[in-house]
Parts: sequence; structure tokens; C-alpha cells
Amino acid sequence: MNRIRKAGKQENFRRLLLFFCVPAFLIFSSGSLPAKPVVVGSKKFTESYVLGEIAKRSLSDAGIPVEHRQGMGGTIILWEALRSGQIDIYPEYTGTITQEILKRSDELTFEQIANELGKAGIGMTVPLGFNNTYALVMLRNRAEKLGLRTITDLKNHPELKFGLTHEFLDRQDGWRPLTQYYQLNPKNVIGIDHALGYAALAKGSIDVKDAYSTDAKISENDLVVLEDDRQFFPQYKAVFLFRFALPEPAISALRKLEGTIDEAKMVRLNAKAERTKNYARAASLYFAPDARSTSAFGETFPHKLARWTTRHLELAGLSLLLSVLVGIPLGIWASRGGAIGHVILGFAGIVQTIPSLALLALLVPLPFFGISVRTAITALFLYGLLPIVRNTATGLQDIPRALRESAIALGLSPAARLWQIHLPMASRSILAGIKTSAVINVGTATLAALIGAGGLGEPILSGLNLNDHATILQGAIPAAVLALLVQSLFDLFDRVLIPKGLRL
Amino acid sequence: MSSLVQLVGVSKTFGDAAAVHAIDLSVERGKTTVLIGPSGCGKSTLLRLIIGLIQPDSGEIIFDGAKINADKPARRSLGGGAIDIVRRRVGYVIQEGGLFPHLTARGNILLMARHLGRAENEMRARLSELCVLTRFPENLLGRYPLELSGGQRQRVSLMRALMLSPELLLLDEPLGALDPLVRAALQKDLKEIFARLQQTALLVTHDLAEAAYLGDEIVLVNEGRIVQQGSLADLREKPASPFVTEFINAQRSLAVL
Repeated sequence: MNRIRKAGKQENFRRLLLFFCVPAFLIFSSGSLPAKPVVVGSKKFTESYVLGEIAKRSLSDAGIPVEHRQGMGGTIILWEALRSGQIDIYPEYTGTITQEILKRSDELTFEQIANELGKAGIGMTVPLGFNNTYALVMLRNRAEKLGLRTITDLKNHPELKFGLTHEFLDRQDGWRPLTQYYQLNPKNVIGIDHALGYAALAKGSIDVKDAYSTDAKISENDLVVLEDDRQFFPQYKAVFLFRFALPEPAISALRKLEGTIDEAKMVRLNAKAERTKNYARAASLYFAPDARSTSAFGETFPHKLARWTTRHLELAGLSLLLSVLVGIPLGIWASRGGAIGHVILGFAGIVQTIPSLALLALLVPLPFFGISVRTAITALFLYGLLPIVRNTATGLQDIPRALRESAIALGLSPAARLWQIHLPMASRSILAGIKTSAVINVGTATLAALIGAGGLGEPILSGLNLNDHATILQGAIPAAVLALLVQSLFDLFDRVLIPKGLRL
Repeated sequence: MSSLVQLVGVSKTFGDAAAVHAIDLSVERGKTTVLIGPSGCGKSTLLRLIIGLIQPDSGEIIFDGAKINADKPARRSLGGGAIDIVRRRVGYVIQEGGLFPHLTARGNILLMARHLGRAENEMRARLSELCVLTRFPENLLGRYPLELSGGQRQRVSLMRALMLSPELLLLDEPLGALDPLVRAALQKDLKEIFARLQQTALLVTHDLAEAAYLGDEIVLVNEGRIVQQGSLADLREKPASPFVTEFINAQRSLAVL
């Protein structure tokens, strides 16, 4: 009796679904949201992080629940997130507002800017006190050797190598207009990440890079700012942008910061942030300049690692679950061939060819998505789809015709053929597809940090930003270990879920 | 007249070979009818038509007095269920056995009975009975198809086909892939089984000796048409066409040597 029951191997396949459902629902329920706090956003560079932390601290000192989404990306992403209400506050610069947000080429007065923003339901604080304009910087000894002091002097040295940030290369007040204005004719211009650019400058692989005038790196690396002798760069006075819809206490807590940070102070805060690798600690320097120990604001490493890893697993796990739940039925459908099969496989294939970064960027402006965990999970889900769809379809198509016909000739119903014959026989191929998706997802989930969705990409991004290898490794090593663990977990699944008769 | 299956004017054409043209055939109850002919003559196609794996272009297939093929619209209204009910009254054995590799011998044999929710003790009793009938060692039932020899696999396939006590057994070159000794043993066992069960069977082979040994009625098929039907003696002594003699002589060549 028992032996007869035990032979029901096809039950294994149903167990497969349970395997994925249970952990995923645990993850779902653990990620429940608290009462909606005020959300502060920041751009992907040190000063923006620090200003974001200062705003967060100012609001939370006023008893307002607040969270900070660090390093969400560039101007347009932050602006769209602010306008659509995904964030409530973020630090911005007047020059950027005029050029990039309002798309004006003339200089506007402060009142004109405030008026224009008001039309979009966005308020602006009075300037915080410092002007962080763009600047071109060089190593001091190199500049002295070549006798370079001003931007005009660059005209005589077209052989110099320029390593510029991508944003600066594309901005309306950036590189191209600058070369026209100063009639520069450089031969070597490359795009490079801001933080990596400093390392390249120090090594001599580039000669000139763009920087912000309050950048702590200028004094740390012994750089000189080439004088903007013909006043090309507009004013970049730091302000906070906020939604008018914010409650009054939040706005007044923010306004307390107006006019309180001059250039020297900002450079000090930036330097502190880069030295301690801790933005909260740098922000606390603003509130209590003399405080020596501020560890209360820092999270311990194991705690941070746990937070990153949990979020990473949430991102990869949920997206994988969705890929499995959608991918297997699509694969079954596609295996039947015909026009629909081609459309399904074609669609999944096209999604896979979109670079993951571009896929994130494409989803952000869409109404339902924006800057959120949802967007990251959706992008990962779409990414994980192809291997599962394709392997399911191939696995099913590879079942010999004689066996398909034997199942029909026995008189099994179509559902019984699918569950008891086709899916178990294709299980090896389907599981291989799921494994591929899982490993891809664990790796790609690091990119989720770019849109503020957290995970192990968070330390990688801020480490890149701080040019700090130790911080990068704090994210990179656990991500690699996770990928290996997932791989071996699936090797274990193979043993449990693939029927023994197929493993002989 | 007690035919279990009747084919009336059945035609089926494909893009390429193995087509059948206006076939009339009846399979008598309790007898073994053998379809014989060269490869690609359409004899397997006839089996596939009866079990409903393919549909005829024209003509009728009647099973136990009921027409089981129908025009397309009617077939849709009939639903997949109707042909499935016929399929459960028919056992089907193919050359390589058609066993599912992820199920044990027992799993393969009991697959359909389990699907129909048959009682466990009833299934166990039937299984032991079949092991005796097909001379299959009961202790090998837990093995997977890949762990069995070719002959053992065909015995399991036969048990699977016989599990629900089908009225009709279709065998499509069941012994074609076996070596001569195993083949001879299985031929002998098949003959005994058919006799014991008074099984109505329709067997496809290209081996005349096998046809003569197992068949009550031999049907010679060539190029999609029935050339002659009768006993081996009929075929030998009253050939309907020169092809019949040619076919018989080709298979007797070894004996002549």
C-alpha cells in the first residue's frame, strides 16, 4: 500500500511551487510599511547626501517622521520624483534649476525662479548660504608646470586629457557651451564617474576634470580650481526644494536651515563625510560642531549588512517568484508553437537585450512606477523572464513525440498530461532556467540602489561615490557570496525536485 | 458478425508518405488481426487513426457500434472527453514501449488507474495478476525504465496497456527493437496471453513469421491500400497480386538458403 503511494513522483513538481511561494510570502509580509513619513531625496554625490541628512535631522528633531532616500540619481529623476510626490524634499542648486528644470538659458532672479517653481506646486527655501558652482580642476603641480591659471589658458593646450562627468558633458551650462564660450579645442575628452575621476587625476591618466567648488577633494588632493575668468558658470546657490503640500511644521523646520551654511562649513562637512564614510555623522557636525562622538547616528556594520542583505533578498526573491509564476505558464504557451509562441519568446528576448540600467531608467517616468522598490522588482522580474520562458518551452518541446502520444493514447486528460507527464519530464530544463534567473537577479539587484530601492548596491554606490574600495567591497563581497549560495541552493533543489528516473 | 472495430472507406493523406486510401477493415472480437507490409505502407497510420491520434480526411471509424470520428464541428461539441473514454477501452503498445522515464515501472502501469481514482487494493491485485501473466518479476516494479532491459520494458508497456482490461489491444511493432532470443520468448508469451484473455488485438509488424505465428487473420497492406486479407495459406496459395508473392518470397529467403 505504502509502496504504491510512494510512487507518486509527480507530486514533486507541485512541491516546487510551494518552495518558492512560502519564503516569498514571508518576505512580503515582513516588508510592511509604517505610517507615511516625509521623504527626503538626494542626488548621487557626497554633498547632496549630507544636505539630505541635515534636512532629515532637522525634521526629526522637530518630531516629524522622516526618511532619507540616498543617492537616487540625477536632476531629472529627483525633480520628477518630487513633482509626482514620491519624495517631498531634496537639495538643489539655483543654476541647475534655471538650466535643467526650467530650461532657461538666461539668468533668472531668485524671485523669478521661485515664481516658476510655484506654478508646479513646488516651494524653494532661501539659499542655504554657499555657492557650489562647477569648476575645472587640475593637480596643483601640473598646472604650475604648464603655467595654467585660468580656463582661458587651456586654449594653448589642446593636448590635455579631459575626464568629465556624464552629467557635465550633457548639461546646457556644461561642457559644450563652455568650449564654445572659451573657444577651447581639446583633443581628448572622455566621460568618467565623478569619484573615479579623482583617482584618474591623481594617477595622471587625465589632466583636467570638472568638480564642484565645495568639493572636499579639492583641498585633500591638492588641486587647483582654474579661474572662470570670463564668468561662464552661473550661480549655483544651494536651496531645498519642497512640495507645498507638506505640513507647515515640516516646512518651517526646513526653513530653519536657510543661510546657515557657508562655503567653508560645507567643505568641512563634505570632508567629514568622506573621511568617516558616514553621512549621518557629518550632518551631526552641522548641529553640534564640537561633538566628538556621534556614534548614535551611525548604524553598526552587522546591522547595516543585515538591512542591505534582507532588502537584496526581497528584491531578488520577489522578482524571481513573479518570473516563475508568469514565466512557466508563458513557457507552456510558447511551447505549443505558432505565432503566439514566437511573440512570447520574441518579447522576452527583446526585454533581455535592453541594458538593465536603461530598463530601470525607462520604468521610472511611468505613472505606476517612479522611484520605488516596485520599479526595481518589476525590472528584475522582466529580466528574469526570458531564461524561464525559454527553458520551459524548450524542455516541453524536447519531450519525444512517442511519449506525448503514449500519454494521449492512455486517455489522460490534458491537465493530467501537463502535470503528471510534461512538466516533470521538463523539470530539469525548467529548473535550470529558474537557476539562471535567480543568479542574474541577485547580481542585477545591486543596480536597484540607483533608484533608491536599497540592497547591497547601496554600499557599492556610495563607495564608488566616496572613491572608497572598502565600502564598495562591503556590498560587492556579500552580493557575490549570495550569488554562490543561490547557485548551490538550486543544485540542492535539483536533487529534490527532478524525478529520480530522469537523473539515472 | 461481431466486429469490435470497423473502418469504412477511411482515407488520410499527409504531405509525404504513410497515407491510407479508402481502407475498409474490420477487427473481429476475440481474434488477433495482424497488419503487415513494407515500411511506410500506412499500417501504423491505421492504428493511430483508431486511437484518435490523427483524424481521417474521410470515411468512418466505428468502435463497438458507435462512430468515434466525426466532422470537425461535431468533434468539438463531442469534446476531448468522448475520445478519452474510448481510449480507456483500448490498450496501446509501441515499439520502444513509450514508458515515461520519470515514473517507475509500477508508476507507469498504474498511471491511468490512479488518474481514474481506482481503489488501492484493486490496483494491487490487478498488478500481481499482470506480473504473472507477462512473466515480469514483481521485485522489479520499483525500477525506472532506464534500469530495465528492452524485453522487460516491453512487458511493462504491455502491463500498462492491459491494466484497465481493455476490449482492444493495439500493438505497433512491439517487438521490433528486440534481439531475436528475447523476441522469440515474447512472441510465445504474447500468444499465450492473447489466448488466455481471449483478447481482441490488432498488431502491426513487418515480419511475416511473427504475423503467421500470432495472427488469426493477416492483412497485407501496400502503399496505403489493403492488398489481400486471409490466412498465410491463403496469401501463399491464392495471391491476389504479384506483390503478395514477392512479399512472401522476400521473407522466406533465409529458409531457402
